[in-house]
Amino acid sequence: MSLAASALTLPGRLHGVTLSLEPGQLTAIVGPNGAGKSSLLACLAGLVTPAHGTVLLGETPLAQLPPRQRARRLGYLPQSPEVAWDVTVETLVALGRLPWQGAPLHRAHATPAQDHAAVEAALSGMDLADLRRRPVSRLSGGERARALAARVLAGAPEWLLADEPLANLDLAHAAALIARLKAEARTGRGVVLVLHDLAAAMNHADRVIVLAGGQVAADGAPEQALSPALIERVWQVSGEWLGEAGRRTLSIA
Amino acid sequence: MTRLNLTLAALLVLALPLSLLAGKVWIDPLHPALPNAALILIDLRLPRALLAITLGAGLGASGAAMQGYLRNPLADPGLFGIAPAAALGAVLSFWTGLSAGPLILPLFALTGAGGAMALLGLIAGHRGDGAGSGAGGGIALFTLAGMMIASLAGALMSLAISLAPTPFAQSEIVTWLMGALTDRSWSDLTLAAPLTFAGLALLRASGPSLDALLLGEAAARSLGLEPRRLQALLIAGVGLTVGAGVAVAGIIGFVGLMVPHVVRPFTDRRPSRLIVPSALAGALLLLVADCLCRLIPTVTELRLGIALSLVGAPFFLALLLRLRRTPAFDGGLG
Repeated sequence: MSLAASALTLPGRLHGVTLSLEPGQLTAIVGPNGAGKSSLLACLAGLVTPAHGTVLLGETPLAQLPPRQRARRLGYLPQSPEVAWDVTVETLVALGRLPWQGAPLHRAHATPAQDHAAVEAALSGMDLADLRRRPVSRLSGGERARALAARVLAGAPEWLLADEPLANLDLAHAAALIARLKAEARTGRGVVLVLHDLAAAMNHADRVIVLAGGQVAADGAPEQALSPALIERVWQVSGEWLGEAGRRTLSIA
Repeated sequence: MTRLNLTLAALLVLALPLSLLAGKVWIDPLHPALPNAALILIDLRLPRALLAITLGAGLGASGAAMQGYLRNPLADPGLFGIAPAAALGAVLSFWTGLSAGPLILPLFALTGAGGAMALLGLIAGHRGDGAGSGAGGGIALFTLAGMMIASLAGALMSLAISLAPTPFAQSEIVTWLMGALTDRSWSDLTLAAPLTFAGLALLRASGPSLDALLLGEAAARSLGLEPRRLQALLIAGVGLTVGAGVAVAGIIGFVGLMVPHVVRPFTDRRPSRLIVPSALAGALLLLVADCLCRLIPTVTELRLGIALSLVGAPFFLALLLRLRRTPAFDGGLG
């Protein structure tokens, strides 16, 4: 089901953002600092209620979905996520099943077997099966990022919304994580990432939304949305894309 | 029931009969030559032991829930200001001279706890979580409000002590504030137990939400956490357990801080899995501590609140030193 925002306004942060996202795609939201990327993602995730405008999941306004129903359908990974207690990877990933658990007699809850299968699938999907018993404090940055992404995937959401999931990751780990997220999009899930790295957006996204000053400055295929002219207009940096499609790097003059 | 819970429950079942036999007067179960042994056991020691178990369970569980809620191993049930407010209520019953009447003191204390709960509820209710207010501030604001209530209640208590109408009232207040279970009866237990167990049920119900909070407020809300529902559960849960405890025994510190720490390494560190074992361990700690207070040969019986603080403060210091040695401390103690 599509995830659509119409005329989203948050005073000081978003000014009439309208867009419609389709599942099965990896959409990157990029923009300079303070452009409103995280605010937009939080609105799309239903965590912040916009002052004006609505977010529709399919035909349903997000604000009308009960929190648990919303949580089952929209997975959200915050920027620099914290883990307050030193749980193991497996326990962390299993937290993603919380929206599916509850009073045993409550309708439409998942069975323990379903929970177990979803956690296993998320662990193997993020290549964490060998690390399942390791405490989070003893993970490397890359492993930790994968574990946190697996936590969201364990909930089997229709949409995965992640705020700068590649931040603090070295080159190899960033490439590995984005490849996995792309694979998730290929399974029909909607994947929306806030990214700082324009090359990652250019090479991996199916669609790029450029935000500037709380408004959509460009929206489309990466080659069109991230044209050198637009980059100059939005970031005030003149540069050009080098290399072939899918392996581009941005050269800044 | 996990192995940890079973072990703690078994220890409690073992400790209970032993604690009944111990005291200034020892009772030998095989040769109950003591003429009033039955009286001592049933009317003095049994209610006192059951009260220790009840209050310890409440304090342990509220400590575990508070640490989970604040994502901080240094949190304590007193942070919400409920215990000081309950104590203030009790102090006012001494101050007005009404405390001599049956149940007047606990009722004053419960009124104080209820007042703090209402105030906290009002603050929680007024915190808009709609447009503009991000996921941040909520818990911090709420906790600060609780600390202000605690500080205000503390100041009013000091005022009441300094302006006490008679030196006798003053000494009564000061003695009472150092929590104790001396001479507590079945009527204290029948007052505290239902409130405490209702509170424990509410704290247990907050478990899944506390687990979600492990990931921070924003991620927790994305998992379906309803912050106001959780706040309501915790205000009521901590209010009932701590309020009932202060009403019948005065201020007993450190149990809520210490017990979750001792228990945590034996769990998978999810807050929901810490609540029941903390209740059991809190019950065990208070039962044993009260027993030791009876046995230590001091002129008047050592006050339980003082004994626990004597043990608790060094524990807290050791904890702080251990935190300083943890390089990237983000709440998860090793």
